[in-house]
Amino acid sequence: MKNILTTLLLAQVCATMATPACAAEVHVAVASNFSAPMQKIAAAFEKKSGHKTILAFGATGKFYAQVRNGAPYALLVSADAATPARLVSEGFAVPGTAFTYATGRLVLWSARSAFVDGQGAVLRNGAFAHLAIANPRTAPYGAAAIGVLEKLRLLEGLRKKLVQGENIAQTYQFVKTGNAALGFVAMSDVYRGGKFVGGSAWVVPADLHAPIRQDAVVLAKGANNPAARELASYLQSDEVRQIIRFYGYER
Amino acid sequence: MEDIDRFAGDIAAVWLTIKLATVVTLLLLLVATPLAWWLARTRSRLKPVVGSLVALPIVLPPTVLGFYMLLALGPDGPLGRISATLGMGIHPFTFEALVLVSVLYSMPFAVQPLQNAFEAIGKRPLEVAATLRASPWDSFWTVVVPLARPGFLSAAVLGFAHTVGEFGVVLMIGGNIPDETRVVSVQIYDHVEAMAYTQAHWLAGGMLVFSFVVLFALYTLYPQSIRSPRS
Repeated sequence: MKNILTTLLLAQVCATMATPACAAEVHVAVASNFSAPMQKIAAAFEKKSGHKTILAFGATGKFYAQVRNGAPYALLVSADAATPARLVSEGFAVPGTAFTYATGRLVLWSARSAFVDGQGAVLRNGAFAHLAIANPRTAPYGAAAIGVLEKLRLLEGLRKKLVQGENIAQTYQFVKTGNAALGFVAMSDVYRGGKFVGGSAWVVPADLHAPIRQDAVVLAKGANNPAARELASYLQSDEVRQIIRFYGYER
Repeated sequence: MEDIDRFAGDIAAVWLTIKLATVVTLLLLLVATPLAWWLARTRSRLKPVVGSLVALPIVLPPTVLGFYMLLALGPDGPLGRISATLGMGIHPFTFEALVLVSVLYSMPFAVQPLQNAFEAIGKRPLEVAATLRASPWDSFWTVVVPLARPGFLSAAVLGFAHTVGEFGVVLMIGGNIPDETRVVSVQIYDHVEAMAYTQAHWLAGGMLVFSFVVLFALYTLYPQSIRSPRS
């Protein structure tokens, strides 16, 4: 009985005070392009803070719908800046907590070596059956890819060759399995600490598309969760900056 | 203008879905009939093996089929190589690939009602037909098919409806190409993800009504015939 009381009391204290000694759980919704770095970051955060993170990966649009319908996430690590802003304005996220944690880079990548050249000229010679992009309606990386093709005046010519992944991770999967010869993927899918892991790549110059600004925001369900706030500030730390840059993001 | 474009996209998805389900249903009846006949008659020790293989899609998550199909149909996969050698054009992101996968995926929904119907007929009517010197081919068309009509109807309706309701496999190997692989279920998912809830409602509500009407008609016409695949 005494033990139960102590536990309850401790839980009460933990709920009201943001003391690092109190271990809390934090459900985090993470855009699929950020899944690899986020796993690293979450592990480091757990070690440091004693809190427990529960990560879910998926498309930002899907998380938006889930959050609006009562999903238990405390923090959204979004693939864009628009969704966190929209959730704040609709009362599902805490005002003033949105911040840019990374800026994504778009890469034209093929699983075959020497297939994609350093200038992306392969797009013009068109010696491929399928070019994979993420769904431009729902994925920021897909919208950026369309922007690049438009700017290069290649969109109309290549439209029949486009295949769409539901999110950027599936787009990478299409290219990785060779079903699409090449595709526009997130740099974080194919880049680790200064070099590309396999295949051939063209890092699309940032002036060919609008910057892919990725924001995170504390959600209404996490407003009173100290671990959510801590994780949010940890995401902005220098330590995390190193991890983020290792995966090819800018910050 | 944009609204009209989007509406056209929905119509295209509906049309593609109907086309896919029709082709798949015809192929299913063609393949499932001999298979169900064999399963209903055989005493082979292979019967439980074949029966289990056919029923697999009922218990497997669509992601398993989608994942293996993506690998198998790819340029380095066994099916992809066969298809390339024979020039069949069955490759992920094509209508043909969706047909192939859908036939596999909806197979139990066609085989099991047929098998039940064939088993219910028993041997007697065929023996009688044989004594009247009907060839096996004759007696199949004049005895089995009329007697098993509810089974054929259930198989066709369930095969069609299940193909219309397919989602996971199509999402994994389709590539979301208009008029080729963007079926209604994928289009709904797209609308939801793009937060276009009004459009999603139109299609989703339509699917709900369609599915109910199909099942209701079947249950009303043949209350005893329809059995859900063994679960």
